[in-house]
Amino acid sequence: MKNTKIETIKQINLTIDGIQVSVDEGTTILNAARQLNIHIPTLCFHEDLCVAGNCRVCIVEQEKVKSLPASCATPAAEGMVIHTNSMKVRLARKHIVELLLSEHNADCTKCYKNGICELQGLASQMLTGDHMFLDLVPDHKYSIDMFNTAIIKDDSRCIRCQRCVRTCEELQGVSALGVAYRGNHMKISTFYEHPLFEVVCTNCGQCVNRCPTGALIERNYIDQVWDAIYDPTKHVVVQTAPAVRIALGEALGMPPGKIVTGKMVTALKRLGFDSVLDTDFTADLTIIEEGNELLTRLKKALLDKDPNVSLPMATSCSPGWIKFIEHTFPELLGNLSTCKSPQQMFGALVKTYYCQKRKLDAKNVVSVSIMPCTAKKFEANRPEMRSSGYKDVDFVLTTRELGIMIKQAGLDFEELPEEHFDSLMGSSTGAAVIFGTTGGVMEAAIRTVYEVVTGREIPFEGLNITPVRGTEGEVREASLKIEKVKPEWSFLEGVELKCVVANGLAHAKKVMQDVKDGKANYHFIEIMACPGGCLGGGGQPIPTNKEIRTKRKEAIYEEDMGMSIRKSHENPEVQLIYKEFLGHPLGHKSHELLHTHYTPRKRY
Amino acid sequence: MSDTKLKRVDLIFGEYSNVKYKVLTDTIKRSNDEILEDLLESGLRGRGGAGFPTAMKWKFTAQAPGEEKFVVCNADEGEPGTFKDREILSRVPRKVFSGMAICGKVIGAKRGYIYLRGEYKFLLPELNKELEGYHESAKAIGLDFSIEIRLGSGAYICGEESALFESMEGNRGEPRNKPPYPTTYGYLGKPTVINNVETFVNVMMIMRLGPIQFKLLGTTDSRGSKVFSVSGDTPIPGIYELELGMPLDRFVDEFGDGDTKAVQVGGASGFCVPRKKFKDTVIGFEGVPTGGSMMLFNSSRSMFNVLHNYLEFFEEESCGQCTPCRVGCQQLRKGIVAVKKGDKKFLYLDQLMKLSESMKLTAKCGLGQSVANSFSSIVYNFKEEMIY
Repeated sequence: MKNTKIETIKQINLTIDGIQVSVDEGTTILNAARQLNIHIPTLCFHEDLCVAGNCRVCIVEQEKVKSLPASCATPAAEGMVIHTNSMKVRLARKHIVELLLSEHNADCTKCYKNGICELQGLASQMLTGDHMFLDLVPDHKYSIDMFNTAIIKDDSRCIRCQRCVRTCEELQGVSALGVAYRGNHMKISTFYEHPLFEVVCTNCGQCVNRCPTGALIERNYIDQVWDAIYDPTKHVVVQTAPAVRIALGEALGMPPGKIVTGKMVTALKRLGFDSVLDTDFTADLTIIEEGNELLTRLKKALLDKDPNVSLPMATSCSPGWIKFIEHTFPELLGNLSTCKSPQQMFGALVKTYYCQKRKLDAKNVVSVSIMPCTAKKFEANRPEMRSSGYKDVDFVLTTRELGIMIKQAGLDFEELPEEHFDSLMGSSTGAAVIFGTTGGVMEAAIRTVYEVVTGREIPFEGLNITPVRGTEGEVREASLKIEKVKPEWSFLEGVELKCVVANGLAHAKKVMQDVKDGKANYHFIEIMACPGGCLGGGGQPIPTNKEIRTKRKEAIYEEDMGMSIRKSHENPEVQLIYKEFLGHPLGHKSHELLHTHYTPRKRY
Repeated sequence: MSDTKLKRVDLIFGEYSNVKYKVLTDTIKRSNDEILEDLLESGLRGRGGAGFPTAMKWKFTAQAPGEEKFVVCNADEGEPGTFKDREILSRVPRKVFSGMAICGKVIGAKRGYIYLRGEYKFLLPELNKELEGYHESAKAIGLDFSIEIRLGSGAYICGEESALFESMEGNRGEPRNKPPYPTTYGYLGKPTVINNVETFVNVMMIMRLGPIQFKLLGTTDSRGSKVFSVSGDTPIPGIYELELGMPLDRFVDEFGDGDTKAVQVGGASGFCVPRKKFKDTVIGFEGVPTGGSMMLFNSSRSMFNVLHNYLEFFEEESCGQCTPCRVGCQQLRKGIVAVKKGDKKFLYLDQLMKLSESMKLTAKCGLGQSVANSFSSIVYNFKEEMIY
């Protein structure tokens, strides 16, 4: 079958830089050149996004054609003769990069993206620097949107490639960013140029991850964290999210897909954190709370026939998703689990349980989290996230920011020995690790819920519930028949638990629209705001693309398989905290510290 | 005597036939191949300025796979110095509708749209009234082709065919990547013929007169006549239908004020021809093509100001998406000012000439590509005016 399929794709023969190549019909000149390991520079092109063809950096010369076509946007045609580095191309390309630089605020040494900026890379490749054209920056009234706790937008560094616009629209279905005005005034803007925090922006940071320059960056809290570390009166606790440990290596020069948990722990200890703990711990806790919440809702719906119970229940771990639903489907907020995200649960417990056990005064404890996410920065600053009387999480750093701190400290990351997380809120299970990938929360929840209800392990080999393992760019539906339940769960006997998993907000939108229209009969919905889940988060190392996300995903499942405990309810420290502090799931203390509420927001 | 005179023609604005939509009625009885053959034979090339052979465009669209196809009439007449489509639409709209309907028959489209320049909104009531008549006639002769008018909002770029489709679809008016071309991927992604207002009228006239008659006018490369919008330093500004392929010196003899220094052929995106080249310049696809705009400048005009004005126009009207056009236009305008003020050495003009050449090679659409036309022709021919 496969062979016949390959045969039906027409092959196109063309010549690039004197080398003949045969490619599938529809392949662009750019990708054809890549097959020959010829690297045509690009800027507006991104593997995850539709082709824009607007920066024109990737132009090439095509024989017998007067103009220079953009290789990213031009499909290879039979008999084409292409030159990627001809005299004509070199001059035109240099002009284009010079033009971009002339409207770009190029004070690189003051820029957060210094050293990893794609425009800077091109400039050095082209040996620009002779100020070929006039500096246009002083003529523009550029503005910087610094009002947001998560993302800073600096128009003076923007090169209008529209990667952010395409990301926001195509991947996320949010369209907080769009193009405004025309010609010399053309800019990337929001609804009526409102600051980002006032519009539908979910802070997911996918735009930040794709911005080739420093125009969109995360608000960094590196100096604040160093200050806390150096302050002798402060006890600084750090937690690390599941998806950080499989991507941090990339920020420090390692190839994608490396599991660096142990090195990361060592690095954090060497940076001077007083206690290095694991968000996985509260991921497991989330499963217990959320699983019980689901069972409670199911009971109310199926046994008590309560018409007011909100089903399906949707996960609430992804803060980009939370802000999205607050804006887009405010009428469905009741369907969200009331559980805080693992980060916030962790923060709340640091300021209470941890302080109590360690005999610390919460006012002297600084809680830091390392997240693959920019939305977590916004989440940590939500007013409702201080139920202990203190801010649950004081500072949120992205994977990238941690990478910078490790470099600042002069650590040779790859050579670091591997250490274990500190104890008390440092233990983890495989179920928690897979929170970092799409479908992971669902799988972890099912591993626990099924066992709670039936007393048996889930009937999947190696506990791997592959039907719910989400795939990028698709909404995954699965169902699980619950049979031979324990007597107290008899109302679930024979019930087919219907689940759906979606990643990327554009897909979330579809799922929720179905729910809103009454077209879906799910029980449980898992949504992750970012493509691929947290492993593809906006705070992850740049670049992030499908190939890299796939490698990170493999690493996450590898980490899961390598854990001795793979079910949340078996996490010994989780069992301990219920015994010592929380009492029981959904109990009074849980409600106070681990659950939250949501705010309907405007739709623009 | 007569050979020094320009050949005035009266095809476009000539009388309607006695019977309403007679040509259309007759034409739809013919086979598509016959119609296309006549068009090909006539040598008709698009009247918007680019001059693509109309018969080929229609043929490609007719052959393109797809059930649904569209005919779009580009009436977004935004080129500075052009005002002939306005005149055509207000005086002989029926000829435009007929041309569109013939196209609809040939390519197999059931719907046609006129994308009318926002500033021409005042034509709308009259046109809609006329369209009612068209729809009645179409019904009477059993032709399933309806026409609807869409209004632009004042953006020059929306005259670019793919930006026009985007605008019609409700999106920001930005040109698309080409290929694919409108013949396979136009309005709503369907095969679409998009032609200038005048082109459709020409089609209709070819159907009325036959290709042989049409071919009597013009030259081998530029068949037929063309409606010109004559403006600037002329005692007789206005709209004139003239035979294509005329030498520019004769045109200036007829329309100039005796002191003509330069003629801008084809509007801001066209070429500037200086006096010394009038004699050798032919107006037509073999020489300097034009969408219709002919602007005459006498010696009282500063060509620096003329160019500055054009560049200012492009700087504002660029959609802003592609680098060469968005930034290039700013650099060109600011660059000539810097040279004029002495902030840059006059050699900087060479740098700018090279830049304009790069813009021509790399810009995404016709707008950015054609900035170099006026820029290089004015700077090259009037260098001293740029510097001193």
